[in-house]
Amino acid sequence: MVENRPVLNLITHLVLILGVAIVALPIWITFVAASHDAVRMTQAPIPMLPGPYFWENFKQTLFGGGLSGTEVAPVWRMLLNSLAMALLIAFGKIAISLISAFAIVYFKFPFRMGFFWMIFITLMLPVEVRILPTFEVVADLGMLNSYWGLSIPLIASATATFMFRQVFLTIPDEMLESARIDGAGPMRFFWDILIPLSRTNIAALFVILFIYGWNQYLWPLLITTDTDMTTIVMSIKQMLEAAEQSPQWNIIMMTALLAMIPPVFVVIAMQRLFVQGLTETDK
Amino acid sequence: MLKRVHFPASLLPYLLVAPQILITLVFFIWPASQAIYQSFLIEDAFGLSTEFVWFENFQLLFGDDQYLATFWRTMFFSFAVAVLSMSIALILAGFADRVVRGATTYRTLLIWPYAVAPVLAGALWVFMFNPTLGIFPFLLDMVGVDWNHYLNGKQAMTLVIFAAAWKQIAYNFLFYLAAMQSIPRSVIEAAAIDGAGPVRRFWDLIFPLVSPTTFFLLVINAVYAFFDTFGIIHAVTQGGPANATTILVYKVFNDGFVGLDLGGSAAQSVILMILVIAMTVIQFRYVERKVEY
Repeated sequence: MVENRPVLNLITHLVLILGVAIVALPIWITFVAASHDAVRMTQAPIPMLPGPYFWENFKQTLFGGGLSGTEVAPVWRMLLNSLAMALLIAFGKIAISLISAFAIVYFKFPFRMGFFWMIFITLMLPVEVRILPTFEVVADLGMLNSYWGLSIPLIASATATFMFRQVFLTIPDEMLESARIDGAGPMRFFWDILIPLSRTNIAALFVILFIYGWNQYLWPLLITTDTDMTTIVMSIKQMLEAAEQSPQWNIIMMTALLAMIPPVFVVIAMQRLFVQGLTETDK
Repeated sequence: MLKRVHFPASLLPYLLVAPQILITLVFFIWPASQAIYQSFLIEDAFGLSTEFVWFENFQLLFGDDQYLATFWRTMFFSFAVAVLSMSIALILAGFADRVVRGATTYRTLLIWPYAVAPVLAGALWVFMFNPTLGIFPFLLDMVGVDWNHYLNGKQAMTLVIFAAAWKQIAYNFLFYLAAMQSIPRSVIEAAAIDGAGPVRRFWDLIFPLVSPTTFFLLVINAVYAFFDTFGIIHAVTQGGPANATTILVYKVFNDGFVGLDLGGSAAQSVILMILVIAMTVIQFRYVERKVEY
């Protein structure tokens, strides 16, 4: 701070608190809705303070098959599906990007730049612009309704490859020279020097990719028809549709809460890595 | 690009790039080329025969008032989302930059919506604005506004803009705050000594100095509004009422999977690809000459 202005300091905190309140309001209302019974949630105006039914709704949503009168998988099953998809995408992207960045930076081989540009192109083809043909490919390969179909088509990543390329380029050449003098082959160098040196970058990327994978919506919507494969994020839409017949907002909002807790927890608990990952990957 | 010291060519580098290249070929390049190929075909009503028609699908699209309306609607939508969420983020970051103690706490409390999936953001906002139950229609009713986004297209658009902008505040805030904190304190102190007050310093010093970030965020927000808001639209309005909130990505999905118009949907995909390529080029050119001050 440059100068001491008590009035301005007060305004600063008031504005920031107001900002936090605006940002948090939707979550507060969700939390409140999840803590009342279904009947209370059909009477306008809806309550603004929490009610006594939070744990009851929690148990019914997580283990009791969620919304009654609809054919949806139990919520714990959806959470597992989301977790599997998020982890497969995060680990898959990191693994294939690490090795391809290693090849491009540390080897001289024919078509090296060709491969580099081929990876670069993926940056320009988000799943939304090629959904129909990609769906057909996955269907032809028999990968509908499987974890592979959910994760593998999203695994190729130019941003992760670029990031690791950047990291590897900052590692001094002497590292490789001394490793070679000591008789280490390429894979030994990769495992014992490159991976340990890029550990924080890997962790930061993992945080971003976990959130990216967990929050996938359009792709799982197309790939899964089997209720056993539903992810928690896509179930919200089905519940909103069901809500038009039987409004059980307490259960819907509890499901929404359960769907956002894991990624929000990751952001808050690993804030430093999250910020690092966000600023590194989007440049 | 390549290390000065490197390993000789062998089979190994090919094996290392193989997984990435294989997935890129099967799930990116092949489908994209299929989309380009299909955009030149018209299928008859029964799906029995297809005809190669060159650019007729594109001509049909650009002659279609609905498509053009969707195009301009998407432009308006992304512009509104970008301006709304970036202005809020800029103001909050400007104030957070002043805070000496507790800045990290505010940051923690402001960045978590980044982790909320777009479709969930949509669900929260559609609940808050539910015409019979929601808290906002109840309050708006008191001041004489009749809120029903199921019937009123303008209100539906407002709602999806709010939901999309809300989610993006976190991201914009983070980048603005980082940009402001990297401005040397001596510059700001010098301005203060010359008698510039906080408001003057913000507009004449801090705002111009973070303009590279503003430009970067403008591109990122446009891409976000173009592609990542599908979940919000799908949950909140499903493109309605009367297509009032149908944006380009939603229309590709709707025409392809619901309307089963393969050629038309493919032609729309190709147009979207061109838009993404344009935005990526802008983004990369900008990043190249990033540090100008």
